[in-house]
Amino acid sequence: VAAVLTCELGFILIPGKFSIAMTEQRVSYTLDSSLETIDRAEEKATRIATDLGFGEDEVMQISMAVREGAVNAVLHGNAYAQDKKVTLAFEHTASELIITIRDQGSGIDLSKIPNPLAPENLLKTSGRGIFLMRSFMDVVEIRPSKTGTELKLIKHVHGATAGGEEASQ
Amino acid sequence: VTMKVGTRQVDGVTLVDCSGRITLGEGSVILRDTVRDLLGKGNKKIVLNLADVNYIDSSGIGELVSAFTTTKNQGGELKLLNLTKKVNDLLQITKLYTVFDVKDDEAAAVKSFK
Repeated sequence: VAAVLTCELGFILIPGKFSIAMTEQRVSYTLDSSLETIDRAEEKATRIATDLGFGEDEVMQISMAVREGAVNAVLHGNAYAQDKKVTLAFEHTASELIITIRDQGSGIDLSKIPNPLAPENLLKTSGRGIFLMRSFMDVVEIRPSKTGTELKLIKHVHGATAGGEEASQ
Repeated sequence: VTMKVGTRQVDGVTLVDCSGRITLGEGSVILRDTVRDLLGKGNKKIVLNLADVNYIDSSGIGELVSAFTTTKNQGGELKLLNLTKKVNDLLQITKLYTVFDVKDDEAAAVKSFK
């Protein structure tokens, strides 16, 4: 994007075939390591994605990905520990919605995540969360560390991509 | 309540009508308890009617797999009926559509048991 004009009210206008106007915004929440957090994260994702104009299918994909990320943070990261928190942040620009979920666990070992589509894993009762996130989002970044895991989920706004054939509704 | 189930018998087959969400927590637990209860009572021909299930997360998918394998391990058979598009799509991308016996007609589902 060659030029981005930021208006006083926080709107971003991108010159091009289609003009997208979105309020640049970042919101974050600090949540307990509980089942309720998972539902709240999903609800917030659904509301924000809807408000941003994503289509029904995309809203469902985003909310599911956030739910799976929150499940990993609460269960596998923080292991329901009351003194550990989950941080959930939504940030959007004219071209993408960026969701960050952080936990305070001991970090995930990415090399130990099996492929859920492998025949020997098809009948396993867990291990599909990250796969679903990768299926539903444009970018999934997982950064484990000894003090927790940071998950970044990105969904592109179709109307803001090159060519803009699919203008956001 | 995130999920409700009702059971009925048709020609020796137990139909479990599920509605709501099968997700981590209550929804998954209700499904697990229902299937275990049925198997415990000797009902080993089970059809999960998912017509009114509009949302399943990875835990719910795992619970469906668990119900399938638990029933099979006890000499029974568990089939799925009337998948919504969302659930159908999820089973497709996870390749579980090939594992489950999925039906879209109740009478045909009942008749399909040996």
